[in-house]
Amino acid sequence: MREINVSEVTKVVSQLCKDSCYYLPEELLAKLKASIDTEESPLGKEILTTIVENAELAKRKDVPICQDTGLTVVFMDIGQDVHFVGGDLYTAIHAGVADGYVNGYLRKSSVDDPLFIRKNTNDNTPAIIHTTIVPGDKVKITVSPKGCGSENMGALKMLKPADGVEGVIKFVVDTVRSAGPNPCPPVTVGVGIGGNMEKAALLAKYSLSRKVGEHNPNPQYAELEKKLLELVNKTGVGPSGLGGSTTAVAVNIEYAPTHIGGMPVAVNLNCHAARRAEAEI
Amino acid sequence: MSEQAAIKYIQAPLSAETVKDLRAGDVVRISGYIYTARDAAHKRLTEALARGEKLPLDLKDNVIYYVGPSPTKPGEVVGSAGPTTSGRMDKYTPTMIEQGMRGMIGKGLRSQEVIDACKEHGAVYFAAVGGAAAVIAQSIKGEEMIAYEDLGPEAIRRYEVENFPAIVVIDAEGNDFYKVGIAKYSKE
Ligand code: SF4
Repeated sequence: MREINVSEVTKVVSQLCKDSCYYLPEELLAKLKASIDTEESPLGKEILTTIVENAELAKRKDVPICQDTGLTVVFMDIGQDVHFVGGDLYTAIHAGVADGYVNGYLRKSSVDDPLFIRKNTNDNTPAIIHTTIVPGDKVKITVSPKGCGSENMGALKMLKPADGVEGVIKFVVDTVRSAGPNPCPPVTVGVGIGGNMEKAALLAKYSLSRKVGEHNPNPQYAELEKKLLELVNKTGVGPSGLGGSTTAVAVNIEYAPTHIGGMPVAVNLNCHAARRAEAEI
Repeated sequence: MSEQAAIKYIQAPLSAETVKDLRAGDVVRISGYIYTARDAAHKRLTEALARGEKLPLDLKDNVIYYVGPSPTKPGEVVGSAGPTTSGRMDKYTPTMIEQGMRGMIGKGLRSQEVIDACKEHGAVYFAAVGGAAAVIAQSIKGEEMIAYEDLGPEAIRRYEVENFPAIVVIDAEGNDFYKVGIAKYSKE
């Protein structure tokens, strides 16, 4: 049994909020840079150059890459031999988010009641927290703030088993095409297949925390990721949706066992400012 | 509609002549004064109009930038300030264009009603590169609070801009560069 004081969690979460909003993951920045050469549209090339310049400027100045610093999504892999002390874990996570957003000059975009009141909570809390219990005595925290321009373009469909691979391909490509410029392409396409309705949505979101360039370990799904990326880049949407050959930088699929009668598929699009920072305690 | 055309340097507020000269796909740099407003400010402006009240700013010839910046760090003029999704303003836009608004800066698709209003009244829609918020902020040289201060990042501000980078997406003839550009590169 390892004891961890929740104040440690607060500190780490606060730092990760700032880091993720200021510094684009390196492998993503490298991929965006490389796409300047392969992009077919001259205007698209110019837009990609601006996007890279912007990420580099944000890093140099410690300012947000994008003004929409999102709702804060926190994934936590908690070792089952960990014992949290010193207070309530979720309160500690929210305190970290509040501290990071207020002191890091990040925009507060969270409203308390979604329908009637819609009052800003002024510190970007509550975070959206997903915990998983894993073997061991470590805690891995991933903070992925996500803006609404891309989140609003996600979609979920309860496909039938008979729809098969073709059905999945059509749904994913249609979702990217109809999103057009809105999710700030080039996007990362997160796909969750299987489970039930909420499981598919969670898998799609979780797949976005993968590093650009990594594929699903199952070769059939890895093949499908490559094929989907090719098809998505044929839509012509391009950088900023103004036409071009770089619509997405990656397609990530996560899958789970499902019912004999169903095949839920969720698509979650992430913008070029796909922010993510992680740490281990 | 060449996308390799030289950059056009224009002044805001926009004159009718400037607008006539802009084509969907043109790359521009905007200097002068523009105003910020997003969902909540649009709602208040159109509600005020419906009640027959005078607006806190004269929309005539002006450019509205759809933006909700991040907080300003000490020593900076503004925080990161990239465009927000324009489609959420579509409902209010034709009314604003009728009031004389001549330009909008945002990102993403617009409705047919907005395109029609641009054509009818000679207005243009510019896209700024979504997410390029730190770079865009560098072209903002001054900021002044104009109205609805209680809305925080959604309040109406006036920005003094110098070479603000944008691309003409909908011109006064009703051309929509999202459609043109995507069709050109589609291999489906
Ligand atoms: S979609 Fe992403 S890059 Fe675009 S404005 Fe929203 S948060 Fe920023």
